[in-house]
Amino acid sequence: MALLEIRNVTRRFGSYTAVDNVSIDVEAGEFFTLLGPSGCGKTTLLRMIAGFDLPDSGQILLDGKDMVGIPPEKRPVHTVFQTYALFPHMTVADNIAFPLKMARKAPQEIKKRVNELLERVHLPNFGNRFPHELSGGQKQRVAFARGLVNRPRLLLLDEPLGALDAKLREEMQIELINLQKEIGITFIFVTHAQDEALALSHRIAVMNRGNVEQIDEPSKIYSAPKNHFVADFIGKISVMNAAVMEATPSHLKLAIEGLGEVTAPAREDVEVGARGVLAIRPEQVRISHPSNESQLKNHFRGKVHDFLYVGDVTTYIVELVNGAYIEALLPNSAPGRAKFFEVDDEVTISWRHDAGIFLNDPR
Amino acid sequence: MKEKRLARLLVSGPPLLFLIVFFVSPSLIMILTSFRFPGEFGGLAPITPLADQATGEYGLTADAYQFFFSDFIYTEIFLKSFAVAFGTTLICLILAYPLAILIARSRKHLRNLMVLLVILPFASNFLIRIYAWMIILGPESALSHFINTALGAFGIAPVTLLFSPFAVLVGMVYVHLPFMVLPLYTNLEKHDPSLLDAAQDLGANAWQRFWRVTWPLSLPGVFSGSALVFIPVLGMFAVPDILGGTGDILIGNLIKDQFLGTRDWPFGSALSIMLTLAVLSVAGLTTWFARSATGQRAL
Repeated sequence: MALLEIRNVTRRFGSYTAVDNVSIDVEAGEFFTLLGPSGCGKTTLLRMIAGFDLPDSGQILLDGKDMVGIPPEKRPVHTVFQTYALFPHMTVADNIAFPLKMARKAPQEIKKRVNELLERVHLPNFGNRFPHELSGGQKQRVAFARGLVNRPRLLLLDEPLGALDAKLREEMQIELINLQKEIGITFIFVTHAQDEALALSHRIAVMNRGNVEQIDEPSKIYSAPKNHFVADFIGKISVMNAAVMEATPSHLKLAIEGLGEVTAPAREDVEVGARGVLAIRPEQVRISHPSNESQLKNHFRGKVHDFLYVGDVTTYIVELVNGAYIEALLPNSAPGRAKFFEVDDEVTISWRHDAGIFLNDPR
Repeated sequence: MKEKRLARLLVSGPPLLFLIVFFVSPSLIMILTSFRFPGEFGGLAPITPLADQATGEYGLTADAYQFFFSDFIYTEIFLKSFAVAFGTTLICLILAYPLAILIARSRKHLRNLMVLLVILPFASNFLIRIYAWMIILGPESALSHFINTALGAFGIAPVTLLFSPFAVLVGMVYVHLPFMVLPLYTNLEKHDPSLLDAAQDLGANAWQRFWRVTWPLSLPGVFSGSALVFIPVLGMFAVPDILGGTGDILIGNLIKDQFLGTRDWPFGSALSIMLTLAVLSVAGLTTWFARSATGQRAL
């Protein structure tokens, strides 16, 4: 039995459906992420798990027990808020001790647990400070400690890293992974940042307009998106309109208008004649001089339209003969080389027959 | 640099001058007055002996202060005034707090309307409003009839509401309630609602959320509201004059009497100075207490 079962949960605000018949199972010990753009319903779902909001229909079960009618203070679920929500009139130690005091733990135990958590979040000598004396990252750590100290069955994290700068964010991501691993508490993490979701999670639920589009491991979400929305939302991807000409258990043959024939990985549920898009990641696309005859089946002529130099790699945007654009990634690993092609250079674009994916919902 | 100083002087000069002329110098005159002899027919006796008045008392004396401590009744009036001020403050706090929370947690446009309603009584004259209470609490009022009928049903003798300590307290609370509501509302409105969510999420019930989050965070508002009620009540003479009985006089009435009634200016000045000192010490204590209770955090 899953630790948390969300069964057919729907929540409407007037005529607007924030969460639409969503079902999710979260296993004990998982780092589970709800990912989606703002307004996709992820925060509403989180508030319903915490008990601040109630589903209009459906059930939320924790350890098999229906949570309806149980107020937030009685649920073994704690939340790390986006704004941290540290109590400004309490010291760091008092903030962390708060849930233990509410649970009427013995004073010696409270002291022991608070010190243990301060140690764990690398703030051993900060117990007597007030929140306004802390930096953003330190506040964040105190918020984690406060959420974890009373060992909830579930820790909900509502975009906790949103307010931090990029470098600190990366540090905190690593700390968060380690913290979850050490303490073993189930995390439900809400974010709109796909890189964060990919880096942190065991599993991700991609949400859009109140629906769950796909629940999978990060690598599956990235390499085998179920539909156009997931493909587009996670990482960079180029799409081209395509029609299925041949569907075999080993591969698909697609016709791309104005370009020709492309071989793509097989998909079970696709029939000949289906229309959709071929989606392909920039790192799967090779770019080379036209003189180098490509060994790959899928290769086409194009012209460099633009490029984006970001240090470690350069992304080239190539215009194909049919007017479609495709992105190709080239690592700048050759010494002294930052750029291989100029705008308007003639190039050859190619990709392996098992790269890319056919998605049959036309845009 | 020079222009900056000149500008600062031009801006701060007029109010500074105003305070010196109308606050500092009268205070000094009053301190001096409290150490002088009263005149034979009221007012003040001259400081230096006049040729034809060599028998009269002149110079400086601490008689007024001595007189204060010679009869316990004056200390009693002081203590009673403090008790009334304390009681008024407490009742105002208890009445104002729920109202301030209600306003602070209402929707924005409703909030402004409610604040307007709180300050609306200021639109009519203070004395007229006190006289209105005279009618409300008077023996012929509906309220008096109702209470006495109810008491009669239980076989209790009828009571007079007006000209009693009760009437004084009602008047004091009525006049000063807005001064408690406004600072409390200003404070409560700034509270981050996510703190209450966090407290609830971490296991605090409604009672615990109030005492552990809302109340401690509102202490600065509680202290400023209390000061705004306590200090004026201590010096108030109009309310006891109009609504109180003969035995309900407070320091304010006593001081007023010394100047307008018995015309003992030195004693009146001494009473004023002692009241000022008492108020300052209360204010000082409150500030100190507020600081230690709310910690050194920035609010």
